[in-house]
Amino acid sequence: MPTSEIAVSLRVGTLSWRLRLRGVAITVFGLAVLALLMALNMRIGDIEMTVAEVIAGTFDQNSPAHFIIMELRLPRALTGALVGAALALSGAIIQSIARNPLASPEILGVTTGASVMVVAGVVASGSVYGGTSGLLATLGIPALSLLGGLIGAAVVYGLAWRRGLDGYRLVLVGIGVAAVFTNVKFWLLTVGDVNDTARAMVWISGSLNGRGWEHVMPTALALAVLVPLTLLGTRSLDALRFSDDTVTSLGVRTNLARALMILAAVLLAAVATASAGPIAFVALASPQIALRLARSGQPPLLCSAVIGGVLTTAADLIARTAFSPLELPVGIVTAVLGAPYLIHLIWRARK
Amino acid sequence: MSATAAAPRLQGIRHRRFTVLLTLLAAVAVAVVLSITIGSKSVPLADAWAALTTPTGSENDIIIRSLRVPRTVLGVLAGVALGVAGALMQGHTRNPLADPGLLGVTQGAAFAMVASIILLGASSLLVYIWFGLAGALVASVAVFALGMVGGRGGPTPVTLALAGTAVSAMLYALTSAIVLLDEQAMDVFRFWQAGSIAARGADVVRQVLPFILVGLVLAILNAPGLNALSLGEDVARSLGQNIAMTRTIGVAAVTLLSGAAVAACGSLSFVGLIVPHLARPLSGTDHRWLLPYSGLIGAALLLLADVIGRVVAPPGELEVGVVLALIGAPFFVALVRRRKPVRL
Repeated sequence: MPTSEIAVSLRVGTLSWRLRLRGVAITVFGLAVLALLMALNMRIGDIEMTVAEVIAGTFDQNSPAHFIIMELRLPRALTGALVGAALALSGAIIQSIARNPLASPEILGVTTGASVMVVAGVVASGSVYGGTSGLLATLGIPALSLLGGLIGAAVVYGLAWRRGLDGYRLVLVGIGVAAVFTNVKFWLLTVGDVNDTARAMVWISGSLNGRGWEHVMPTALALAVLVPLTLLGTRSLDALRFSDDTVTSLGVRTNLARALMILAAVLLAAVATASAGPIAFVALASPQIALRLARSGQPPLLCSAVIGGVLTTAADLIARTAFSPLELPVGIVTAVLGAPYLIHLIWRARK
Repeated sequence: MSATAAAPRLQGIRHRRFTVLLTLLAAVAVAVVLSITIGSKSVPLADAWAALTTPTGSENDIIIRSLRVPRTVLGVLAGVALGVAGALMQGHTRNPLADPGLLGVTQGAAFAMVASIILLGASSLLVYIWFGLAGALVASVAVFALGMVGGRGGPTPVTLALAGTAVSAMLYALTSAIVLLDEQAMDVFRFWQAGSIAARGADVVRQVLPFILVGLVLAILNAPGLNALSLGEDVARSLGQNIAMTRTIGVAAVTLLSGAAVAACGSLSFVGLIVPHLARPLSGTDHRWLLPYSGLIGAALLLLADVIGRVVAPPGELEVGVVLALIGAPFFVALVRRRKPVRL
């Protein structure tokens, strides 16, 4: 038997999980890589630091770098890691439910819905307040994004529903709805002032620039609440891989379980998008990478989340250093690197 | 069925096909009239006619001759081009959801043009249309390659649509990267990407016309080969078809048609997707009829969408690309909901 089959059982009362050692090892290793990448990322800024200075600045309150690290660099790095984790977890859930390795929250209308709402907000407020609305920037944009994400998902889910949910129909309806949102977004971009447009463009590309604790907290909270809940739902998720008839006969209330899990996935993706804008392909690629590394039957949830954090942080590192001193939005890097991966997946699936 | 019984039936079909063709031509003519007379300033039909035949230099004459006519002509050209390109794409990939917009050709052209404007300083449409065509070519070859992979039958509609989404997303990210570094480019790009046939002028029409004409000729030449190919590659080969040649002509035609339309008008999604579905019930599967029907329906659809965009949001206009998405996406969703995605 391959090593991937070494497993222990974890029981809490009537609940039990199977922990596969390979998955656990990869999760732990991934966390170490994530910490290293975050440290490397925190070196960059107006004042260059060494990794040692970064570590000292994080843990030593008397260090000269303490303020910069705690107020500027750590929140940004944490936002990246948490947002990546939330997106990846969301992707892992959706891929399990759609029984399709190519599905992601982008397809579910979350990110495109959020983009439209934010662009609408930026364009509308720009002309009213002359683009200096601090309140809109800190509170309004995340709220709009969250609202847009939920509306987008509701529209896609509602349109794809037809006496039950079919994974393929969901994906295709998602593509159609995304096209509408995208075109409305394009139109909104022509309506606004060019400066507002530029700000909106940065946001809709997915950026970690200038992210503070106010962006860390919502994502951290969402993860803290939703990770345990999704782990509770793993049993249903494992079962949902089979056909609806089989699932029903296994005693899972198919549509209810699916709806709850999708709701969790949508919330995770929407909160993440609210914090950092739509960072493309992390949700799609991370679960697939995790699945291959852990050699499991379907995307392992926690492992996917860690990989998501690693990917996003690595992409941010590239975005900040590739054209230094110019900084690209991280979402552009993930899209440029992620799309070929998706094509590769499609290619493999056909062979 | 004996040959003597088949002959009148065949004649009936041919008769019906010409009737449909004439009806569609009439529909395009109506759309042209609407497009010339309706707008932020309505011009009575008689005045419009006078402006075209005996111009006096009045305000109406200037509106008609310098704005409405070039806009309408461009609308017809782009509509024909995208309709035919969509039908060709769906035929070649045997995929009912194929569309130049959905499959990344539009973003390919966009990326190449923005790159040429920013990085190489291309300033006139005449220069960057070549880059747009090159970008469209690369993207359509990539999508076709993905469309054909796996040999027999190719990928399912869903994988092809996803491949297109992936290609589009990557190209769009690259385009945004360039545009974000240059605010001036963004100001041009944001109007281009919304997709419009307004304010393009007669010189744009003249510049894209040759590309579209060559594309249409290639499309017509491609029709018989495509008919054979729709029976499957093996059958087509045994019928004496040169498959590589047919595919090459198809890719060339799709590239010229969608590349030129997109270079001139920006992103116009869903024309290529919807139109063949409207044309197929009228034409059957014969591409010699499907292609012209698709072209005419495309022209009528694009012009009507443009007219709708002019009147729904006064005093401003809604770009035709946005109207098309608002019309097209519900159609797409209905298509997906109606049945399991089928292969052509």
